[in-house]
Amino acid sequence: MSTQGKVKGIIANLVTVEADGPVAQNEICYLQTRGTDLMAEVIKVNGANAFVQVFESTRGLKIGDPVRFTGHMLEVTLGPGILSKNYDGLQNDLDKMDGVFLKRGDYTNPLDDDTLWNFKPLAKAGDEVEAASWLGEVNENGKPHRIMVPFVFEGKYTVKSVVEAGEYKINDTIAVLVDADGKEHNVTMVQKWPVKKAITAYREKPRPFKLLETGVRTIDTINPIVEGGTGFIPGPFGTGKTVLQHAISKQAEADIVVIAACGERANEVVEIFTEFPELDDPHTGRKLMERTIIVANTSNMPVAAREASVYTAMTLSEYYRSMGLKVLMMADSTSRWAQALREMSNRLEELPGQDAFPMDLSAVIANFYARAGFVYLNNGESGSVTFIGTVSPAGGNLKEPVTESTKKVARCFYALQQSRADGKRYPAINPIESYSKYLEYPEFEEYIAKRIGDKWIASINELKTILLRGQEVSEQINILGDDGVPVEYHIRFWKSEVIDFVILQQDAFDKVDMNTPLERQEYMLNKVMGICHTDFQFESFTEVGSYFKRVINNLRQMNYSEFETDEFKKFEEELNQIINERKVA
Amino acid sequence: MATKAFQKIYTKVTQITKATCTLRAEGIGYDELAEINGRLAQVVKIIGDDVTLQVFGGTEGIPTNAEVTFLGKSPSLKVSDQLAGRFFNAFGDPIDGGPDIEGQEVAIGGPSVNPVRRKQPSELIGTGIAGIDLNNTLVSGQKIPFFADPDQPFNQVMAMVALRAKADKIILGGMGLTNDDYLFFRNVFDNAGALDRIVSFVNTTENPPVERLLVPDMALTAAEYFAVEKNESVLVLLTDMTLYADALSIVSNRMDQIPSKDSMPGSLYSDLAKIYEKAVQFPSGGSITIIAVTTLSGGDITHAIPDNTGYITEGQLFLRRDSDVGKVIVDPFRSLSRLKQLVIGDKTREDHPQVMNAAIRLFADAASAKTKLENGFDLTEYDQRTLDFAKEYSNDLLAIDVNIGTDDMLDTGWKLLGRHFKPEEVGIKQELMNKYWPKEA
Ligand SMILES: Nc1ncnc2c1ncn2[C@@H]1O[C@H](COP(=O)(O)OP(=O)(O)OP(=O)(O)O)[C@@H](O)[C@H]1O
Ligand SMILES: [Mg+2]
Repeated sequence: MSTQGKVKGIIANLVTVEADGPVAQNEICYLQTRGTDLMAEVIKVNGANAFVQVFESTRGLKIGDPVRFTGHMLEVTLGPGILSKNYDGLQNDLDKMDGVFLKRGDYTNPLDDDTLWNFKPLAKAGDEVEAASWLGEVNENGKPHRIMVPFVFEGKYTVKSVVEAGEYKINDTIAVLVDADGKEHNVTMVQKWPVKKAITAYREKPRPFKLLETGVRTIDTINPIVEGGTGFIPGPFGTGKTVLQHAISKQAEADIVVIAACGERANEVVEIFTEFPELDDPHTGRKLMERTIIVANTSNMPVAAREASVYTAMTLSEYYRSMGLKVLMMADSTSRWAQALREMSNRLEELPGQDAFPMDLSAVIANFYARAGFVYLNNGESGSVTFIGTVSPAGGNLKEPVTESTKKVARCFYALQQSRADGKRYPAINPIESYSKYLEYPEFEEYIAKRIGDKWIASINELKTILLRGQEVSEQINILGDDGVPVEYHIRFWKSEVIDFVILQQDAFDKVDMNTPLERQEYMLNKVMGICHTDFQFESFTEVGSYFKRVINNLRQMNYSEFETDEFKKFEEELNQIINERKVA
Repeated sequence: MATKAFQKIYTKVTQITKATCTLRAEGIGYDELAEINGRLAQVVKIIGDDVTLQVFGGTEGIPTNAEVTFLGKSPSLKVSDQLAGRFFNAFGDPIDGGPDIEGQEVAIGGPSVNPVRRKQPSELIGTGIAGIDLNNTLVSGQKIPFFADPDQPFNQVMAMVALRAKADKIILGGMGLTNDDYLFFRNVFDNAGALDRIVSFVNTTENPPVERLLVPDMALTAAEYFAVEKNESVLVLLTDMTLYADALSIVSNRMDQIPSKDSMPGSLYSDLAKIYEKAVQFPSGGSITIIAVTTLSGGDITHAIPDNTGYITEGQLFLRRDSDVGKVIVDPFRSLSRLKQLVIGDKTREDHPQVMNAAIRLFADAASAKTKLENGFDLTEYDQRTLDFAKEYSNDLLAIDVNIGTDDMLDTGWKLLGRHFKPEEVGIKQELMNKYWPKEA
């Protein structure tokens, strides 16, 4: 008989439960109030008292209401049919709920029990297998969804039988395995896994090195992220975190995209629901929604489930990585998750750390980012989870615990700058403060040399130097005045503006400009660097600005035109003429 | 409350603070309402038999032998068409001398809309103010506050926007309104002949501040009735949300919670989000749009209240006085409507996004020129042109006294661009330049 309990105290969604038996930290329990079961998680135990955070509103809950403990932690259900689903933070399928409003205690099946999947065996009788070994696969929206030995299986097993190719439902037995003691285990296409534990059924996790193309120039060209890499986007409100994440999730060269809408606006999720089923995946031509999983726990949904939502999304990502797929996970915003931790910690009256966040915030964030990565699976195949989180610093001040803790662990830093956003210089990523540590990895250098060319990284470094010098000059001009500096300085400033307007700035709402494939990025970079290397002749500083505005205008028209079309070439031809006007022979 | 003869009356209060009372009671539900010596209170904490009540009117004069009865329900509002045209206090009781409302009683602060059942907002809300329609277009189902210092005419602008927007119902949630402002709203709505489309829940500066905490939920419960049951487009006005947040901090401080930034409760983000996220476009056609006011102190948007608000709402409208033209304008730099891209260039003319961006960029150039001037440097001829442009732009488009249609705004925009700049200086797509650039300057 499982442990039972009774409600002893209620403060908002923190409830004290007196238990009549053993209780585990993070165990899930259900509080019964007037015929409704409210799901909750144990977050602290003191003697017979378990402190639980309830994933729902506790309105009407009474002292003495019965509680049933489940004996397991918060789990996700893994199997074919997860792609294109819209889940809440606890993996309830939102589309299966009735009515316009969410109902308390309405828990729905994450998978579809009756769908038939076309199963192809990959293992055969006599094979030796272990957790995460591929037994077979089904086609899920054009992706090979591997059916694996459940992750909870420990040690080695021998395959006794695998069903023949054919149509099966997720709960049908598709294989029988025999353990070392000769005991038989039936395996279906479904398994469960606790979200707070990383899935580590892989052989090794090397440093990531392969570029993950996003189509966003200021990322791919300037500060690239890699398959299995980590990055974060801090920025004051309204500076473009969500727009940037949405752009990446539309364009990135990933097999699977998992979006955790964590404590942000519901309308932003609606935008995805509405647009993704219509938009094409630029890499496969299928619909974007087919490769996307949404975990939506928007700001008006229960706070405790907000914390769970990022773990749910990460576990789903790790599951697909184990199939040898390239997964990209985004969380918007990790600050809301940290705030959920803070609300609970305050109610528990724990000793607060900086800004009243829990003391172990840094460790919690570090553990989470550590779950991303590029891995070699036990069968030699590779898979990856790339993770990019946004951070919403209070008052836009980056000296706050969530930003600082994240900076310690994420390898790419995309700092959105208020003044760039104010000046509509989108995406507002500050090119000088931001970085990608992957540029320093020799593995990456080697990879990119093969993919683009061995001069690429040197070019990028030079471009960054030009930006930095442009900024210095602009500060000097502000102090000394336009005519207080040599004409040469104006030219230097305007060359950095060319880079800013043509490479860094990108219109996320223009059909063409929004996505720049790598080949085109290379072309434009060479074009712009060519201009930066050109010597120009001017009599006075007054000529410089208006001249370069024409240069920029033509380059931007190129950005707005389909690559290598007549229109594109026309603007390029005009550009060449403009350059020849002032070029020093 | 006459029918409660069978109800148990408690008379032993064990603890009293400025905002709360604690007593021993059994079988009480969390969030339940109680009456303590006739004052309304709500259960905020239960530990064993100790029940703590938050007393909305404050605890002044409450004795330890006060009579406490529990009402067996959480705060609620009776909803029906009879709400239209009426004025209520924070508890939903009429304050206009009219009769009580008959209708279905619903708990306020009800459940959230399932995100997959929402529709993407797509109806433009026209206000005639170019600072809004041109640069920060509003869309039904949006939530957006005015950020303004207390001396800005935000209530006037809000009333104007409300009356020009073609909403079926306008619901006013007034928190800490001065009596003058309350009368102002009554008068404008009355004069516009719009009273029958308006429902008001008002907490004035004369009422206890903690009562304010009920106002947004009351207003939004009424809004949900009209938007869900009647498929109406409902505009909810919440003023002033800063005073609402202040009331939250009063309560949390008195309950000994650990404050976070600016002595606000750590849950401020979630508390505000619960309110603002009630803005929604329903699939059946009804919608709730929220326009709020967040007063700032000295224009500081990094304070926890505007900061958290900015992270929740879909943009903000920033009012400021432009001393160059002597008018209050909608500041194009700090204002933003995030839903505008759902309608501009689509429900409005194709050139809308580019004209909007070009003008703002050039207005920014004017701001740098101004800085140069202040620092004692010579201006280039281009700088001078940006300054000339900025003045006209501010006066003809940004000022809140502008009242024209969107096409006129765009035409005015092109006219100003053409008057002051060369084609290559505005950075607009060639295709649009060919079509709209003024032929003779
Ligand atoms: N790349 C871009 N191109 C054009 N406009 C952009 C771009 N990025 C952001 N914007 C503009 O900025 C607005 C705010 O962007 P976004 O919603 O992404 O901000 P945010 O940083 O996520 O803010 P919050 O923290 O409040 O969620 C957008 O609605 C859009 O108008
Ligand atoms: Mg955002």
